[in-house]
Amino acid sequence: MGSTQDSGQTVDLAKLEPVFDKYKDMANGSLIPVLQGAQDAFGFLPIPALQAIAKRLNVPISQIYGVVTFYAQFRLTPRGRHVIRSCQGTACHVRNSARILETLKNTLGVTAGGTTEDLKFTLETVACIGACSLAPVMMIDTDAHGRLRPERIPKILDSYSN
Amino acid sequence: MTSSIPLTRLNNAEDLEALKQKALPRLSLRKDPDAKPYEGVTHNILICCDTGCTSSGARGIVDAFEKDLAAKGLEKSVEVVVIGCHGFCEMGPLIVVYPNDVYYVHLKPEDIPEIVEETIKGGKPVEKFLYHDRETLKPIVHYKEIEFYAQQNRILLTNCGQLHPERVTEYIANDGYKALAKALSMKDKTDQLLEEVKLSGLRGRGGGGFPTGRKWELCRNAEGDKKYIICNADEGDPGAFMDRSLMEGDPHRLVEGMTIGGLIIGANEGYIYCRAEYPLAIRRLKLAISQAEELGVLGDNILGSGWNFHLHIKEGAGAFVCGEETALIHSIEGKRGMPTARPPFPAISGLWGKPTNNNNVETWANIPGIILKGGAWYASYGTEKSKGTKVFALTGKVRNTGLAEVPMGMTMREIIFGIAGGIQNDKKFKAVQIGGPSGGCLPDSMLDRPVDYDSLIEAGAMMGSGGLVVVDEDTCMVDLARFFLSFTRDESCGKCTPCREGSTRMLNILTNITTGKGKPGDIELLEELARNIKLASLCGLGQTCPNPILSTIKYFRHEYEAHIFEKKCPAHQCVDLLTYWIDVEKCVGCGACVKVCPVNAIDGNKKEPHIIDIMKCIKCGSCIDACRKYKAVTRK
Repeated sequence: MGSTQDSGQTVDLAKLEPVFDKYKDMANGSLIPVLQGAQDAFGFLPIPALQAIAKRLNVPISQIYGVVTFYAQFRLTPRGRHVIRSCQGTACHVRNSARILETLKNTLGVTAGGTTEDLKFTLETVACIGACSLAPVMMIDTDAHGRLRPERIPKILDSYSN
Repeated sequence: MTSSIPLTRLNNAEDLEALKQKALPRLSLRKDPDAKPYEGVTHNILICCDTGCTSSGARGIVDAFEKDLAAKGLEKSVEVVVIGCHGFCEMGPLIVVYPNDVYYVHLKPEDIPEIVEETIKGGKPVEKFLYHDRETLKPIVHYKEIEFYAQQNRILLTNCGQLHPERVTEYIANDGYKALAKALSMKDKTDQLLEEVKLSGLRGRGGGGFPTGRKWELCRNAEGDKKYIICNADEGDPGAFMDRSLMEGDPHRLVEGMTIGGLIIGANEGYIYCRAEYPLAIRRLKLAISQAEELGVLGDNILGSGWNFHLHIKEGAGAFVCGEETALIHSIEGKRGMPTARPPFPAISGLWGKPTNNNNVETWANIPGIILKGGAWYASYGTEKSKGTKVFALTGKVRNTGLAEVPMGMTMREIIFGIAGGIQNDKKFKAVQIGGPSGGCLPDSMLDRPVDYDSLIEAGAMMGSGGLVVVDEDTCMVDLARFFLSFTRDESCGKCTPCREGSTRMLNILTNITTGKGKPGDIELLEELARNIKLASLCGLGQTCPNPILSTIKYFRHEYEAHIFEKKCPAHQCVDLLTYWIDVEKCVGCGACVKVCPVNAIDGNKKEPHIIDIMKCIKCGSCIDACRKYKAVTRK
C-alpha cells in the first residue's frame, strides 16, 4: 500500500500498522502517542499518513492538524538523519549560547529549524534540556554535549559520520 | 558481578521485608566502612551517569573500569554500579569508591588504571583525582566533608546517587515500598493517612505552593465513580532539572508516592506526563513501573491487599503551557494543550470530566518519607509556613553548578555563596533569577531573606520549581527580561488576548530598548501593561509572564534608564549600543585582531597602533578575545 506526497515521494502507509496495533486498546487519548509513533516511523508526519490516522482513529483531519501544529515536537517536513537541538534556556543564555547557535548556523549553512541539503543534520533550538549545570549545551539525537565553545563545534559535528 | 535477585510476586508486607533482608547485604559496602565482602565482592564503584555527567564523558569511565578490572582479573570482586545524579554536576565525571568512601572528580578514562591499582588494590586514595577545597586547596577524601554537600540536608534525594536506579532490590533494601505497605495496612483508615500529609505541611513543589493535603482532600471528597491522579513531569522551566534528576536517579520513589496518593485520594489510575526531552527519565520510569508490577507493589491486588492501582506514562510533545494543569489534562486527552477557565477545578472535573488530582514530581516523591516517618518528622524541617526541604538547581555564573537540597528558610546568600561557592572568575554578583520565566530577579540586597514561598512572593519573585540562575556583572538585566519575554511569547498558546497580544507588545518594547530605540515613557508603559496582563490572563503562564519585567524594573531601573536615555548598556551586552575602539596607548600593532576580524574592519601598519572602522564593524567581539594580552581593544 502506498500513497503519494505532493513532493512526489511515496509514503509507505504499512509502517503505520504496528503503531495502530500498539495503541488499539487505549480507549481515549491515543492521538498524540499515535502521532509520536508515526513520526518515529517516517521521521516526520507526511500528509497522507495524517489522513490515514484520521480515518483509523475517527478524528477529523482538521483536529489532527490542529494538534500537530500546536506541539513543537511534530513536523510536517522531513528532518535530517541527526537532529541537533541547541539549548537556548536561561542558564545557557547567560553562558552565551547565542554564539554556539551562530556557529552551528554558519558551520551547517542553515537557519534554526532548517535541514542541510544532504539531509544529514537538522538544526533546532530548544528552551531547556535540563543539563543546565553544563551550559551551554546542545543535544545531537540523544547525546548531550556540554560546556561548549564555538571552536569545538566542527569536531563534534564531524564525529557523526553519516 | 553478583547474580541478580529473582523478582517474585510479593503477597504481603512480610514478603517485602524478606526481600529487603535478602537485598540488604548488597548495600553493606556502601553503608559500613568495615563491612565484610558479600558473594566475593569486596568493592563497589559508584559512577554517576546522569544526563549531566554523561555529557561530561561518564560512559567512557564505565568502559575504562570494566576493561581495566577485567584485565586485572578483578571483575568478580569489584562491582561497577551506575548511579543517578550525585548532585555536584560541575565536577563530573565523578565516582565514589566503597568501602573506602573515596570521592574522585573530573576523571578521564586514562586515569582509571591508577585508581584500580592504588585505591582498589592498595587501599589508598590518589590525591590528584580528589576534590580540592577552594580556599585551603587541601584535598578532601570523603564527599560529605565538601562544603557543597556538607550544608545540604538530603531527605528527598537520599537515594539519588547512592543506588542503581534500575535495580528495584536496592530501592527495597533502603526501605523502599515500606511506606506503601504501611499505608495499605491502614487502608480502611485513609483519613488518618491524609492527616499525616496535612500535618507535614507539604506544599506543591511545582510553583504555586498550594497545601498538598488540602488539595488531596478536595479530590477525595469529590463525587465520582472514577478518579485520576496525575504527576506533572513536564519540567519546562529553563534552568530547573531537579525533577529530571529524581526520575533518573530514584524512579521508584515517584511510583511509590503516587501509589500511596492514589490510595488516599481513592483513585485507581494515574498518569505521569513527562516531557519528551527527557528520554532517559522516560526509559527509567517505564522500567520501574514494569518491575513494580512484577513484584506486585503496583497493578492488581497490591501486596495482597485487594487494592488496585495502575500507572501510565504519557510523553509530552513539546509545549511549555502544558505545565499548567488544565492544559496538561487536555494534552493527555489527545487535544491541543490549551488551558481552560477554573472553576470547575480539576479536583471536581478534570481528566475526561472525572475528579483529578495533579502534583509535580518533587511533591509526589516526598510522600513515601512523610508516610513512613510521619508528618511531624517532615514538618520539623523548614519554616513556619513552608515546611520540609526544597531541591534547587544551581546554574548560571556560579562556581558549583548542580543540585542541592536544603531546608526551607535557608537564606539565598547561604545557598549561592556557601553551597554554590560564589561567582565564577571572581566577578561580581548581580542578581539571581528564581522561578523560571514566571519568577523574578533578586538583587544583592534581597539575599539575606529566608527562602520560602511567602517571602519570595513578597520580594517580587516566586519559588517556581526551584531553578536558580545566577548572573554576574556581565549580564544585562534588560536583555534578560527580553529573553524571558521572547520565551513566554513563543510559548503562549494564543487562547486569551491579554497573554497573546500583551506578551508580544511587551517584547516589542523591550527589543526597542535593547536596540537603542527606547523612548521616554517606555518603562511606565511596560509597568501598566504588566499589571493588566497579570490581572486579565486566563492561566498561570500569562498571569506570571510579566514578573521578570516587573522585578528587573523594580531592582534595576537604572539599567533601563541607561538604555533609554543614554543609549548605553551598562553590562556591555546589547550589541546595538556598543562601539569598539582601540586604545592607541596600549596597542603594539601585533595584528592579532586583524587576523580574527571576520569583516576586515581593522587596519593599521605593523608595530603601529591599529584602527577599527566603525562603519564596517559588526561588534562580534572577536578582537577583544584576540587582544587578551595587551587589552587594547575596548567597548563602551
